[in-house]
Amino acid sequence: MPRMRFIQAINQALAEEMERDPRTILIGEDVEASIFGDTRGLLDRFGADRVRNTPISEQALTGISAGAAACGCRVIPHMMFSNFIYTGFDAIANQMAKLRLMSGGQITLPITVIANYGGGRSTAAQHSDTPFSLLTNLAGVEVVVPSTPDNAKGLMKAAIRSDNPTFFLEPGGRGGDAGDVPIGDCVTPLGEARVMREGSDLSLITMGSMTRMTLLAAKRLETELGVSAEVLDLQSLVPLDTTAILASVGRTGRAIVVDESRDACSVASHVAAILADKGFDHLKAPVQRITVPDTAMPYAPSAELPLLPSAERIVSAAKALFPVTAK
Amino acid sequence: MAASASNIQPDDGVLIEMYRRMLLIRKSEEQLFRDVKLGRTPGQVHLSDGQEAVAIGICSLLEDRDQITSTHRGHGHYLAKGCDVNAMFAEIYGKAEGICRGMGGSMHVADYSKGIVGANGIVGAGLGIATGAGLANQLEGEGRVAACFFGDGAANQGSLMECLNISSLWRLPVLFVCENNGYSEFSPSGTVTSGVISDRAKPFGIPVWNIDGNDVVDVWRTALEAVDHCRSGAGPAFVEARTYRYSGHFSAEAMVLSTPYRSDEEIEAWRARDPVARTRALIIGREAANDAECERMELEADAHVEGAVAFGEAGTAPCPGTANRLMRAGS
Repeated sequence: MPRMRFIQAINQALAEEMERDPRTILIGEDVEASIFGDTRGLLDRFGADRVRNTPISEQALTGISAGAAACGCRVIPHMMFSNFIYTGFDAIANQMAKLRLMSGGQITLPITVIANYGGGRSTAAQHSDTPFSLLTNLAGVEVVVPSTPDNAKGLMKAAIRSDNPTFFLEPGGRGGDAGDVPIGDCVTPLGEARVMREGSDLSLITMGSMTRMTLLAAKRLETELGVSAEVLDLQSLVPLDTTAILASVGRTGRAIVVDESRDACSVASHVAAILADKGFDHLKAPVQRITVPDTAMPYAPSAELPLLPSAERIVSAAKALFPVTAK
Repeated sequence: MAASASNIQPDDGVLIEMYRRMLLIRKSEEQLFRDVKLGRTPGQVHLSDGQEAVAIGICSLLEDRDQITSTHRGHGHYLAKGCDVNAMFAEIYGKAEGICRGMGGSMHVADYSKGIVGANGIVGAGLGIATGAGLANQLEGEGRVAACFFGDGAANQGSLMECLNISSLWRLPVLFVCENNGYSEFSPSGTVTSGVISDRAKPFGIPVWNIDGNDVVDVWRTALEAVDHCRSGAGPAFVEARTYRYSGHFSAEAMVLSTPYRSDEEIEAWRARDPVARTRALIIGREAANDAECERMELEADAHVEGAVAFGEAGTAPCPGTANRLMRAGS
């Protein structure tokens, strides 16, 4: 398997899927220049009809995406930063998420919305949001969050091939992460979590930008506490792999959910609720949530970084779950 | 352009067909107003009575393959685009046999197979969708046109500027049709709108027609030019049609308003310019048909509506799990 960077894997998936279906188009702010690198080279390869810069008009960008998709195109709108989802939100929440139901199922809306999410880089409050809660609550859209180059490629392919509006949320600042990526058609099925590390004492449930530090935390737990932690990467937030979550906690009896969302109504709190409802008999301890406090992201690193989940916070939370073994 | 430059007239057959369709809209909506009072509809309706000539005049120049986006006041657009009246009544009665299986209701009656890319309850949301339909049409290259119906209220959404800019920049085949009925819900246009709405398209280099929306011939003649402009690949066009809705913003407004927001005199003045009556007078004046024949057309429309009521009433309630299954494809 060739080794490549996260952003190259996304770029390769976009190119392969645009090659595969000539009705697929890519539109958005600066998709030609591509500040993240994910859409680089696609204009030259597929031409100005299929790869178009849009003005900074998010209401129109999302509305056009819904309209073009309802009329036979497979549309990939690039929102740049996830905070810009808010400026284009009517066509997301009221159109993409609802037109199929309102039409009685007459149409499909094959749309893949790309947006870069997350904090930690001093981009301040309006370029740092993790909009999982907002999107997963809509019901009419799918949401995927890649964590490594291989599933970045696989999830992008699955998102583009889906006949439903699907959000592909790129973890901010992770474009340079390298990893092995399968050649050609590697589609990661939507709605399937993956076990990244096996363990028997504790489930660390996470996604996207949080997986790397969660794996680090799992190693520390092994060496520092002798705790065997399983790491479950959700990959897809809608549909959510409830079966895998319950199976993992069935094996371990304990869960910590690591999520870059603000805590209120986060993916972490939703997973905790599922475990309380359906996994109660497995649980040997309360479910812990490692999230961002209900605060907007400040600019100064000294104020921003402590708000984000960290391996340190995960290890501390785990220690509280194993009071006897903790040293 | 204040109005169409030409004086071309629809031939008798076209005029009579437009009259028939206007009658079907008028009679359907009169029936729906009664249905709301009878409790036959689970929700309320937003009627377009008085605005029929705009929907009919524009859609007469559209083909089945052309798209429109419709609004919360969309029964007229739906019927003007040639969609089934039975399926519309069943939809508004909340039945599984409705065009949207009872999932949309009055505000969202749309037959996508006839090119209706949604009837929207969000004022102005059709602007982006129609622009997207225009983009799909341009990429397809077969000369399809997307017409966007929106009101004077929607003209105050910022997305109008966004969509005028993009559709002109990309030369998309989008026909913007502003049905200016003088009211943004319950606010007179003059209290919420500055300037002339159609002037907003001019700086983008988009050709503009400002017309009498209660004159179906004027609308038809304008559509002939405007649709042709879009179809030829020359880019978008913009029509502002001045019109009026008699029944108000929605069917239960008398119950929620403490005082009327418009005068009886104003309503009567507009009724004197009624588009259906004017079309009938034109037909008689031209001797395209006589009184008895016009009478027969009315009875035919009545019969269609009667059949639609029966079809809707005989429909079945959708199963409780229907919405879950329809939310996402493949679920």
